[in-house]
Amino acid sequence: MDYIGIDIGSTAAKVVARGDHEMEFALPTGWSSKETANIIKERLAGDGIDVTGDGAKVVATGYGRIAVEYADYVITEITCHARGGREMGSDDCAVIDVGGQDTKVILISHGVVQDFLMNDKCSAGTGKFLEIMANRLGVDLHELFDMAEGGETLSISSLCTVFAESEVINYIGEGRRREDIAAGVVDSVAAKVAQLAMRKNLPDQIILTGGLSDSRYFAKILSEKIGKTISPTDRGRYAGALGASLLAEEKTKRAAAKL
Amino acid sequence: MELVKDLPEVFEEFAEQRKNSFLGMKKLKEQGIPVVGAYCTYFPQEIAMAMGAATVGLCSTSDETIPDAERDLPKNLCPLIKSSYGFAKTEKCPFFYFSDVVVGETTCDGKKKMYEYMSEFKDVFVMDLPNTQSPAALELWKGEIIRFKEYLEKKFDVTITEDDIREAIHTNNEVKLSLKGLYELMRNDPAPITGHDLFKVLYGSTFKFDRKAIPAEVDALVEKIKKEYAEGKMLEKKPRILITGCPVGGATEKIIDAVESNGGVVVTFENCNGAKSIDKLVDEEEPDVYEALARRYLNIGCSVMTPNPNRLELLGRLIDEYKVDGVVEMTLQACHTYNVEAFGIRKFVNEEKGLPYINVETDYSQADIGQLNTRIAAFLEML
Repeated sequence: MDYIGIDIGSTAAKVVARGDHEMEFALPTGWSSKETANIIKERLAGDGIDVTGDGAKVVATGYGRIAVEYADYVITEITCHARGGREMGSDDCAVIDVGGQDTKVILISHGVVQDFLMNDKCSAGTGKFLEIMANRLGVDLHELFDMAEGGETLSISSLCTVFAESEVINYIGEGRRREDIAAGVVDSVAAKVAQLAMRKNLPDQIILTGGLSDSRYFAKILSEKIGKTISPTDRGRYAGALGASLLAEEKTKRAAAKL
Repeated sequence: MELVKDLPEVFEEFAEQRKNSFLGMKKLKEQGIPVVGAYCTYFPQEIAMAMGAATVGLCSTSDETIPDAERDLPKNLCPLIKSSYGFAKTEKCPFFYFSDVVVGETTCDGKKKMYEYMSEFKDVFVMDLPNTQSPAALELWKGEIIRFKEYLEKKFDVTITEDDIREAIHTNNEVKLSLKGLYELMRNDPAPITGHDLFKVLYGSTFKFDRKAIPAEVDALVEKIKKEYAEGKMLEKKPRILITGCPVGGATEKIIDAVESNGGVVVTFENCNGAKSIDKLVDEEEPDVYEALARRYLNIGCSVMTPNPNRLELLGRLIDEYKVDGVVEMTLQACHTYNVEAFGIRKFVNEEKGLPYINVETDYSQADIGQLNTRIAAFLEML
């Protein structure tokens, strides 16, 4: 049996397979979640996994979860990230997930979701903000972080991504160092994520998941702002897909036990 | 009254009541019956009923006229206030159009300031609602109810006797008892009907102008549901949700849908659509009708009151009586009193009741349906 977790986010789609086959891969979501779901299906078929057959159980999550027609279960990204985060952290921890279009803070206690928060209708404090600013500076996300590490933080005070972009354009116009602007951008996102997270009583263990989860630098800045250690995770972008895969297994076994 | 229709048909009829009453109101006007429009649960409806007037709730529930309202009002104001003002100003709300007088109360800051502008194009009678429930406040509120009676007497050249008021109180108590009988069916687990169907009846009944006809109709509905429940017709077992916070209706019914399309059932409403306005009756034994009305209305546990212990009392009672699994609070954007109170409600639900709580802030747009669904679905998965 294969347990497949598919997490179709706004920016990237992540897939984790566990069981007879062990694999994980990611691809850009593109413009159509449905098409992405089909590409995933074919790619898994190429590796010998037939998602429509009895040998595979699929849980779909992420904002494109409803586009995965061959999914056996559809579960929200909160529950899946929590399950994956539990695997990467522990049964009592907080997961901070900075995603492409939203940022989530999930509190896990005794292995179950106790509470969660998501950013409101605004892209500041999400991956989208970084993506836009990196584009403006002509670099990719990893380069942005590398540059930021060597820069002096310039203040970016706007709460709105669009206005913040104008601030960045102003700095560019003034001829400021790219490194300094990059440091300002990362600082601004971290401040907004920290603001969200600090609305909750955070436990001692806090892990970072999502597309930025492997950035030691981002985790460090975030830790400073929150006043607690935020641990980066190497496979954090797969947290949702891993959680989905684990839930596929648990749900299948529970259903079998009931029969 | 014999109820021959199927339940879904009855629920739809109630859901259509608001629209159907547009014509009903025109007829009333043609018969020379005065119409008193109101915006709030604090409106002492019985006074208007006592003079034979029809009363109607004017709170608007769609974002259609918000752009019109925003020409006069700030953008970051509660959508209920903006929409209500917009419908009034553009004359798109027939109920507002037909109202001979509109009654407002000094509830929240947004509303009371909005009424100042509204009074430029409509007869608006603003009642001075105290923001606390002290003996002095009760005295003041009782005086306001009498002032309202005198205003109506003068405006419509009628005499409103205490006996008229007493009769109106009795009529309204009967309505409340019947609606209570309906929503108390949701104490059953599994629930007999969906929360949305319950909502349709609660909300729709406020647009029935013949108040005396409501109890028989609702009682018949209750009997039918009971009978079908006994025959095994019920929902499957689902997580039981209490909805609290700002008034729901129209655009914001999206919150009920988000709960019920993601596997939950709304078993009770601790808001103006449900228990908040129905739970307590006016004391018919009290010889002073104004005192009885003043007590009943001032005791409403709305977040405009400080402190606001009655909300917690009702909320706690409903949580226990309806075997609630989780509390969903819906607050409207820029509704300061409910948004601020949300923190205390969360604490109460989490700590005193040991239940999960989620607060979603929304407006009259449909832009956040995706986000709402994710949040509410995740909340239900958590239970």
